[in-house]
Amino acid sequence: MIELRHVHFAYDTQPVLRDVSFLVDDSEAVVIMGPSGSGKSTILRLILGLDCPREGEILVDHKDVGRLGRGPLREIRKKIGMVFQDGALFDSLTVGENVGYYLIEHTKLKWDEIERRARAMLGFVGLEADEVIDKLPDQLSGGMRRRVAIGRALLSTEPQIMLYDEPTTGLDPYATHNIINLINKLHRERSISSIVVTHQIADAFAVAKRFIVIYRGEVAFDGSLEELRECRDERVEDFLAPFRASMKGVFERKFVDGAAPE
Amino acid sequence: MTVLQLVNNWFKNFAYETQNLFFFSLRLVGAFFSRRWYVTETMEQMYLIGVGSLYLVVLTGIFAGQGFAFAFSVELADFGAKNYLGRIMSIAIIRELGPVLTGLMFAARVAAGITAEIGAMKSAHQIDAMVAFGIDPIKKIAVPRTIALVIMLPMLTIICDAIALLGAWVIAVFVAHVTSTMYWSAVRDRLIFGNLFIGLMKPVVFSFVIAFIACYKGFASKGGTKGVGQATTQSVVMASITILIVNFFITRVVFSWIKGYL
Ligand SMILES: Nc1ncnc2c1ncn2[C@@H]1O[C@H](COP(=O)(O)OP(=O)(O)OP(=O)(O)O)[C@@H](O)[C@H]1O
Ligand SMILES: [Mg+2]
Repeated sequence: MIELRHVHFAYDTQPVLRDVSFLVDDSEAVVIMGPSGSGKSTILRLILGLDCPREGEILVDHKDVGRLGRGPLREIRKKIGMVFQDGALFDSLTVGENVGYYLIEHTKLKWDEIERRARAMLGFVGLEADEVIDKLPDQLSGGMRRRVAIGRALLSTEPQIMLYDEPTTGLDPYATHNIINLINKLHRERSISSIVVTHQIADAFAVAKRFIVIYRGEVAFDGSLEELRECRDERVEDFLAPFRASMKGVFERKFVDGAAPE
Repeated sequence: MTVLQLVNNWFKNFAYETQNLFFFSLRLVGAFFSRRWYVTETMEQMYLIGVGSLYLVVLTGIFAGQGFAFAFSVELADFGAKNYLGRIMSIAIIRELGPVLTGLMFAARVAAGITAEIGAMKSAHQIDAMVAFGIDPIKKIAVPRTIALVIMLPMLTIICDAIALLGAWVIAVFVAHVTSTMYWSAVRDRLIFGNLFIGLMKPVVFSFVIAFIACYKGFASKGGTKGVGQATTQSVVMASITILIVNFFITRVVFSWIKGYL
């Protein structure tokens, strides 16, 4: 469970988040949307405890990550899988070592066993293990890197929370489709809570039933697709305007089909 | 902006940096006493730092030794004191030249490498990713490099000393026409506890100076590639100057402590 209570955050003097509150339940999937620079990635960084809020509390499994010591914070982080916006793969390690990173660092497993699991995970995220496992991240395409990043986040001692920062931005429709399926599959099979940050509206509707719109560091909307469609908040209208026109079909159809998983 | 303000700003900046560097160094030293040791990383760094710097140190030793020997032999010849060349070279090289030149070479080669590497990792969010995996980047990155430096710098200083004495021998025998036996016995004359102590204590202190500054600058870098470039430049400049200043104080202070042994 993740809960933000009246969180304020600023980089130096520039305020980034203002009074952000929301709660993500166990095994719930939530999408955070919003224009570029509105503070979405910052929210994920705060949940991981990479930055500390100026005010307010961030509770992960009922523990305030902003006030935990280094040891307990490390334990909390082990429960969270994070896919960074730019992948953040370790570029001096091979793909196999990246994917097996958690096991290499936190377990005493032999490399044979780690490699076996890394291969399985690469298969799970839709990559040819034999082909990529010994390559360096630089030698992969953007979409492949994204999938390696997801695999790396998953191959730990069963994350209970997954945070995805724009997992599909800049990918071709086919790769996007794969990654969305992957996120849904994970969500279904392992019942973990996930937060997916994206500004691809179509993707948002495909992975969750609940949506949060962040606008200039504030929560402008929090609710279901139905409510989003009815929402007349200026800021939300502002953000959705381009999509309402150009993606009417998707918007309506997804709403009717209910493509998101239960 | 007036000159006064500029000076004021500069001073404030300097105080701020020094304070941060100090706290960082404390944390780094604290991280030495942890349960988790990254042995593989440490060995790898010892190889990269030590063996990788060997050619540089050998070249430095040969040419510095010869240059100084040449300059001194001409002066000493005027007094008919050429036979003392070995003594002077022994003191100059073991106490000052060897440690300082090797230290400066390390400040250039190793400090730049460390800062650039950590800075690049930081700007690609790899440090964040590491933290998200529950790993302390100071333990994982800074401690192995510090240990490698503390072991390798004194060893390479000894090599530099030896090579420089050899370089000076070439000049002594073939240019100044001092007999080989005369030269080496003069050198041995000054190989006494006090000199060796100063000559070995310096590289140990310098290695900490380089490690603290290089790691600190890397972790504190921000602002993408340009920021990493600046941090690297600053790291080399700061490490070099600090080495020269610290060198002076060690010579000055330790000299008075152990005068009896000189
Ligand atoms: N390291 C930093 N230092 C200073 N300001 C920052 C830093 N990182 C982000 N910001 C600022 O914080 C604000 C929110 O950034 P954030 O990365 O959370 O946006 P975002 O919603 O994820 O945007 P995008 O959709 O483009 O990824 C931006 O205005 C940005 O300028
Ligand atoms: Mg972002």
